[in-house]
Amino acid sequence: MTRRITIDPITRLEGHGKIEIFLDDHGDVERAILQVPELRGFEQFAVGRPVEEMPRITPRICGVCPTAHHMAATKAADAVFGVEPTSTARKIRELIYNAFMMEDHTLHFFFLGGPDFVVGPQAPAAERNILGVIGKVGLEIGGKVIRIRADVREIMAYLAGKAIHPVCGLPGGVAKGLDEEHRVTFLKTAKDAVEFAEFALQIFADVVLKNQAYVDIVVGEAYKIKTYYMGMVNDRNQVEFYDGDLRVVDPDGREFAKFKPADYLEHIAEHVEPWTYVKFPFLKKVGWKGFVEGNDSGVYRVAPLARLNAAEGMQTPRAQKHYDHMYAVLGGKPVHNTLAFHWARLIEALQAAESMVALLEDAEITGTDLRRIPTRIPTEGVGIVEAPRGVLIHHYKTDERGLITAANLIVATIGNAAAINMSIEKAAKAFIKGGQVSEGLLNMAEMAFRPYDPCHGCGTHAWPGAMPLTINIYNRSGERIRQLRRS
Amino acid sequence: MSQEHFEPKLVGFLCTWCSYTGADLAGTARMMYAPNVRIIRIMCSGRVDPQFVMKAFQEGADGVFISGCHPGDCHYKDGNTKTLRRHRLLSRVLEQFGIERERFRLEWVSASEGTKFRQVCNEFTEQIRTLGPLNFNGNGGGPHERR
Amino acid sequence: MSDAKPKVAFYWCSSCGGCEESIVDLAEDILKVVAAVDIVFWPVALDFKKKDVEAMPDKSIAVSFINGAIRMSEQEEMAHLLRRKSQLVVAHGACAHLGGIPGLANFWNKSTIFRTAYHTTVSTDNPAGLEPQPKTSLDGHELTLPEFWDTVYPLDAIIDVDYYLPGCAPHRDLILNAVTAILEGKLPPKGAVLAPNKSCCDDCDRNETKPEKMTIKEIKRPYEVLLDPKTCFLAQGVICMGPATRSGCGERCIEGNMPCRGCMGPTDQVYDQGAKFLSAFASILDASEEKDVERLVDSIVDPAGTFYRFSLPSSILKRKKLEAVR
Ligand code: SF4
Ligand code: SF4
Ligand code: SF4
Ligand code: FES
Repeated sequence: MTRRITIDPITRLEGHGKIEIFLDDHGDVERAILQVPELRGFEQFAVGRPVEEMPRITPRICGVCPTAHHMAATKAADAVFGVEPTSTARKIRELIYNAFMMEDHTLHFFFLGGPDFVVGPQAPAAERNILGVIGKVGLEIGGKVIRIRADVREIMAYLAGKAIHPVCGLPGGVAKGLDEEHRVTFLKTAKDAVEFAEFALQIFADVVLKNQAYVDIVVGEAYKIKTYYMGMVNDRNQVEFYDGDLRVVDPDGREFAKFKPADYLEHIAEHVEPWTYVKFPFLKKVGWKGFVEGNDSGVYRVAPLARLNAAEGMQTPRAQKHYDHMYAVLGGKPVHNTLAFHWARLIEALQAAESMVALLEDAEITGTDLRRIPTRIPTEGVGIVEAPRGVLIHHYKTDERGLITAANLIVATIGNAAAINMSIEKAAKAFIKGGQVSEGLLNMAEMAFRPYDPCHGCGTHAWPGAMPLTINIYNRSGERIRQLRRS
Repeated sequence: MSQEHFEPKLVGFLCTWCSYTGADLAGTARMMYAPNVRIIRIMCSGRVDPQFVMKAFQEGADGVFISGCHPGDCHYKDGNTKTLRRHRLLSRVLEQFGIERERFRLEWVSASEGTKFRQVCNEFTEQIRTLGPLNFNGNGGGPHERR
Repeated sequence: MSDAKPKVAFYWCSSCGGCEESIVDLAEDILKVVAAVDIVFWPVALDFKKKDVEAMPDKSIAVSFINGAIRMSEQEEMAHLLRRKSQLVVAHGACAHLGGIPGLANFWNKSTIFRTAYHTTVSTDNPAGLEPQPKTSLDGHELTLPEFWDTVYPLDAIIDVDYYLPGCAPHRDLILNAVTAILEGKLPPKGAVLAPNKSCCDDCDRNETKPEKMTIKEIKRPYEVLLDPKTCFLAQGVICMGPATRSGCGERCIEGNMPCRGCMGPTDQVYDQGAKFLSAFASILDASEEKDVERLVDSIVDPAGTFYRFSLPSSILKRKKLEAVR
C-alpha cells in the first residue's frame, strides 16, 4: 500500500513550506520532497524601475536578510554604471555587511538552529523556541544574546538608516559616512562581538562536541550528502562575504571551477519543477541529473559549510584556528555532514566580528569621500554577495536611462533547494522502514533542513529553526490514519 | 465588443470662469455636439485634484478632460499652469496604469469659444470611440477579478 | 499560561519576514510583551496550528496582527479565519496596510510573472516549458499548490480591519505603543492608523532648510548628486515622498541620508498617497511653458513606481489595467 506522509511545517493552509513523503509498497521511502508554496515575482516587477532604486526594493524579498539583497543590488548597480565605490565607501559597506553576517549568524544559532543543541533535540516543543533557549541558557546569557544583537544592529541602523531594509547603498558609494565618535562606540561593540562569537563557539564545544550522542548525530550517515560546494573567496582563496570570485569544489574537495561574478551564467542554471514555486540551481557544466548526490550530479550546496569547503581558509586569525579545528575533528575536507553547517556558521560569525574590528581600526573608515558619481551610460551588471544562507546573485539589464529591462535573481536559500530535498529524503529513509514511522521522524525532518537555515523569505519565509511540525500519515484513500505532533 | 454600439462615457472638468461659460454659450447657441460629456463645474482648473481624475476612470469613464482658461487668463493667476504640470505628470502615471494618454486631455477654452468647446467635445468623443471602451474597473482594480 | 491574559495571534501572508523581525527587534522589550499576553498563534516561532485556531471559539483571540499582502488563495482563507476568531485585527506593516512593495507586481499579471520567473530569466533552464501548477502528479502522487492571483491586495480588501500599524517594517515605538494601547484598552476609533497624523516633513530635521517658495528647476536621481546631509531633499531636486507620507517612522531613511519613499502611507486626510504627492510635486516644478513642463516631467523616470512605491494596491486605480499588461 502506498502511503503519503505530509509534514506540514506550518500546516498546508498556512503555506510556507511542506514536506511530502511517499512510501512504496514495502513501506519504505520512495520519494520525499519539500514544496515551497509561494512566489512574489520580483524579477518581473523590477522591470521599469530605476536601477538605483533596486537596493531599496529588493530587500523586501526577505526581511531576515535584507542587507544581503541591499548589497547585491548595490553592487549590481555599480556594475550597471561601471563605477567602483570609493575606498571609504567600500569599507563602510563591508562594515555594514560584516555586522549583518555576525548578527544574523548568532541569531540563527541561538534562536533558530540552536534549540537542537542548546535545548536538546529531545526537548518538548514549547521549549524549542526563542524563549525556551533563554530559559535554558539562563536569562543572563539570553540577555547577552539579545544585547549583542541589538548593539550590532545599531551599527547597521546608524549607517544604513534601518537594520530592516537598509537604504545606504548607491552606485559608486554610500549615502552616509562614519564620524569619529561613532567609530569609537562601534569599535567597542565590534570587540564585544568577537568575544561573543568565541563564547558561542565555546557553548558549541561544551554542549555538542563534549556530548558523544550529539557528535554521533552530527557525523551520522543520515545527515550526510555528497555534493559540490560553492562559495565566494578572496584572492587568497579565503572565505569572503562581500566581494570576490566564486569557487566551486567537487565532492572530493578538488577545485572544479573558479569564476568572476559576471560569468555566473556559464556555470549556473536553474531547473523548473511543476510541484513547487522555487527553481533548482545546478552546475551547468555537470548538468541537472535530478535530486541525486555525487560527482555526476550538478547539485551543489551553498551557505556556511559550503563556503568553508569551497575555500582554503578564513581571513582572520581566530576564525582560522576554529576552521582548522573543525576539519581536524570531522576528518578533513570537504565535510559533507549537513549538521556541520551550524559549526561553520559560528566560525563565520567570528570572522565577521574580527573583520568589523579591523575595519573600525582602519583610519580610512571615517573618510569623507563617500561617492563616485557614475558617468557612463548604464547597461548591464551582476552583483554577487554571500548572504548568510549562501551565494546571492542579482543581475540587471537596463536601458540607457538606467531603467531595468530584465532582472535575474538567484536567491541564497534557493541555492540549497535541491540539497534540502535530498537531505530530507535521505534522513526520511533512515527513519522510516517497513512502514514503521519512528517518533524520531519529527526531529529528523527538522534537523535535516534546519542547518541550511532555509530562510524562505527568499522563497517562502519560514524560519524553520522554530518551525512547528506535524506529520500526518494518510492511507491510500486519503484518510488520516495517524498523526505525530511535537508537543 | 462591437464598436458601433459603444457610446464613450466622458467626464469634463470645466473651470467656471472660462470653459464652463464657453460650454454654456455652446448650449444657448444651440450648437449640436456629442452628448457624451458629463460636465463637472469647478472654480478653477487648478482645483482638479488628480484623485478626481483617477476616480472618474475607476468608476467607468472612457475619457476625461480638463478645460481651463487660456494661459495668462486664469482668474487665480497661475491655476492653469499648475494644471498643465499636473496634467502632463498625471498622463504619464495613468499610462503606467494602462490608461492611454489620449484618454486624458487638457484644453484651454475661453468664455467666448463656444465653437471651440463644441469641437473639443466632438473630437474627443470620436477619438475615444476609435480607441474603444476603457472598462478599467471591469478589468481588475477590485478583488473581483479572481477566478 | 493563564487564561486571564489577552490572547494574541501573529500571522504572515505575502510578506518578507521583516515584520516578524521587527518584533524580535523589540529586543529586551519583547519579554515584557510576552509576559503580558498569551500568544496563541505565531507560526514563525511557536507550535500552534491552523486547526488549533479553528477549534477556538469565535472572537476568543483579543487581537490578531497580520502582516503581508494577499496574493494567494490560502492567504485569503487564513485572513478570514483569523477575522472570525479575533475581536480585533491589526494590519501589521506596509504590505498588509497598503499592499507594500510586493504590490508593485500589480503593474503585471500572473502570466507575465510566470513567463519571467519560469521561462525567460537568463539562468532558467526549462526545455520542457514547465510551470508550477495548482495540481500535479509526481510518480503517481497528487500534489497541490495554492493558487497565484493576478493581483496583490492589501488586507482590508479581503477582510474588515480594525487598526493599521504602518511602516516597512514598523518602528519599534509604534509596535510598543500599539500593544500598550490594546492592553490598556485605550484605543482610538476603529479604522485608525496607529501613528501620528502628520507628515514626515513635519518631523523632519531638514524641514527648516526648505526655502520659502520651494521650486524645482531640475530633477535629480539620488545617484546623480552628492546628497547634502542637512538640506531638504526636495530643495536639492531629489524626489522625497515626505510631504505625502505619514510620520512616526523616526524618518530613518532621511537619517541615513536618503529620501523618503513613503512606506508609512498617507495621513488621515488623504486617500491616495501617490495622487497627493503628484499634486504637491507638480505645483513646485519650476516651468510654465509647455515645452519646459514636458522636459521636466519626462525627467521623472518612473513616476507611478515612485509615487506608489508602497501603496499601489490600495490606490484608487489599484493595479494596471489587466488587458493592457503585455
Ligand atoms: S511591510 Fe515591509 S517588513 Fe513588513 S512584510 Fe512587508 S516588506 Fe516586509
Ligand atoms: S521633503 Fe523630505 S527631506 Fe524635505 S522636509 Fe520633507 S521629509 Fe524632510
Ligand atoms: S523615511 Fe519614508 S520610507 Fe523611510 S521609514 Fe520613514 S516613511 Fe518609510
Ligand atoms: S480660473 Fe479658469 S483655469 Fe484658473
